[in-house]
Amino acid sequence: MSNKEIIISTKGLGKYFYDPIKFKVLDNVSFDAYKGEFLTLVGKSGSGKSTLLYCLSTMDTDYEGELTINGKLITGKKTNELAAIRNESIGFVFQFHYLLPEFSCLKNVMIPALRLGKYSHAEVEERAYQKLSMLGLQDQALKPASKLSGGQQQRVSIARALINDPAIIMGDEPTGNLDSKNTEIVFDIFKQLSQEFGQSIIAVTHDNDFAKASDRTIEMADGKIISHKKMF
Amino acid sequence: MKLPVNIDIAVTHITKGLRQTTVASFGVALGVAIYLFMNSLSAGFSGFSRDNIFQNNAHIKIYKSDEISQPLLPENDSNSLNVILNPQITTRSKTLINPADILQKVKQEPYVTNAIEQIDYTVFYNRGSTQLRGSGIGVNMIAYSEMFNTQKYMVAGKIMDLQGNINGVIIGSGIADKLNLNVGDNISMSSSYGISKVLKIVGIFKMGNSIMDDSKSFVNLSTAQQFLKEKASYVTTIYTNTIDPDNTTRYVHQLQTITNYTVEDWKTTNADVISGDKTRSTMMDSISLSIFALAGFIIYNILSSTISQKINDIAILKATGFSGKDVIKIFIAEALIMGIIGTIIGLMLGSVLIFMLSKVYMGGPVGYFPIAFKLSLYIRSFVLGVMMTLIAGYLPSRRAANVDPVEIFRK
Repeated sequence: MSNKEIIISTKGLGKYFYDPIKFKVLDNVSFDAYKGEFLTLVGKSGSGKSTLLYCLSTMDTDYEGELTINGKLITGKKTNELAAIRNESIGFVFQFHYLLPEFSCLKNVMIPALRLGKYSHAEVEERAYQKLSMLGLQDQALKPASKLSGGQQQRVSIARALINDPAIIMGDEPTGNLDSKNTEIVFDIFKQLSQEFGQSIIAVTHDNDFAKASDRTIEMADGKIISHKKMF
Repeated sequence: MKLPVNIDIAVTHITKGLRQTTVASFGVALGVAIYLFMNSLSAGFSGFSRDNIFQNNAHIKIYKSDEISQPLLPENDSNSLNVILNPQITTRSKTLINPADILQKVKQEPYVTNAIEQIDYTVFYNRGSTQLRGSGIGVNMIAYSEMFNTQKYMVAGKIMDLQGNINGVIIGSGIADKLNLNVGDNISMSSSYGISKVLKIVGIFKMGNSIMDDSKSFVNLSTAQQFLKEKASYVTTIYTNTIDPDNTTRYVHQLQTITNYTVEDWKTTNADVISGDKTRSTMMDSISLSIFALAGFIIYNILSSTISQKINDIAILKATGFSGKDVIKIFIAEALIMGIIGTIIGLMLGSVLIFMLSKVYMGGPVGYFPIAFKLSLYIRSFVLGVMMTLIAGYLPSRRAANVDPVEIFRK
């Protein structure tokens, strides 16, 4: 795998929680993720996998060590620069789909692209329709986000994560709230994205089947990486 | 819908949260309306009291002040003797020397719009055994009317009839009532110099001010000079109007370079009225600004609670690449939209209040309620309304900008 292009890399990542007592939640975490790789993070509750994901996401800046995305050092950048990096190169899918309830599905998908400002309004709309139809949601596009079922909402949020064609898609328990049928749909989409479009997927999951089917699984315990391989 | 995305989000928030938008806008509207209304009231009152002052006061008057005698020898040290120990008023005559020359020079000043000569003297109005004390004014009546708009207060006769008529007089309505006189009747007037004249009443004025109506009378300059046993150049005061009554202090200094006589502006003469005006407008200002601040607090409160409700949305926006600045822009745009809508409604509401009050008849010399309808007040209310919403929007939006998405997602 080492001949592959590295998309995200950490060196000696460490993080503390201070409340209620000082507690080392990440301890010297170093790993690389590659372009087009479908990577899952597993581990028991409290093992630090979600915390690691949020550090990778650039949203959490309070850590030790170094984070590099796409060859650029992320650590130490200002929050506004980080927001721009997230906007362009990182897409998020959350456990609780987190759509903006006052907007239509289409608008929810369009907003990050409008923020990026790379395409005109009409082009963004066209692209958003495209992403929604890829996820089988073209008929729901103009409905308010809050009127959709959980599975549909999760697919809308995936469409939103994809709108700017990010290099990396991150998921925090992206299937945690879904039934097996929807889980399968989401998994297939992720698989397709990594294989066909060369986008890297990094997902935290509790679902062993989901992890098993991914390219690589990193298992964590007590803030450390204990295995890089598939353990199943 | 081709709005920038930040504005687009703000507009969606506003249109979907219609109830909050309405309450916030209404709060601003009320604040702006009351601010505009109270300031118009205040400006109306000030205008009215100023009009009252200018009924018989010019912007600037030039007169000879009483002189106090000085010691003949200056005091060198405490051992020397003063020749005059008891200072007294030494003014023999109140006349200005060569008033025509002064008048001409004053009129040449660029800021002077009008200037007239006047003689003030004490007079008694007699009929049979009845005697009323009063003050007479000797003027060129047409010039005087131009300056003080006396024409407006005439209830009988005409100002024109006094022009060049040395046996004519215009008297106040109070005198006419008390002595039971009318236009065309004769009135016997005598001065403190013992001169007595019978003059024909050519007009009666009523200014609604008993000090004026019960004592004042107008005669020609030469008639007044005869009452005072003075020659034809005798004039006690020169009244001057200027282009800007608020700026008279500067003009006083400039006029003082023309003449040695005392130059005094209306603000000095009416210091009591001016300070009363100031007190009232300060009071009005503080009340209306307090109400304004309250309206600001409503906006602040509503935006604060909106932000608390939308904290998840803010976290999402930040996760998808919106910066703190973008978030501030979104909420400031919301505040501004509510503020501008509210301000415009407030200005309309205020106009309705002003219009209604301006139709209330107060009677007497006041007439309709004196309330100003000034564009500058509208502009000030608008700017203040928008500024207030900007501040009230900025404070909570900073909190929104600092939302840490990780903290929200971890819950």
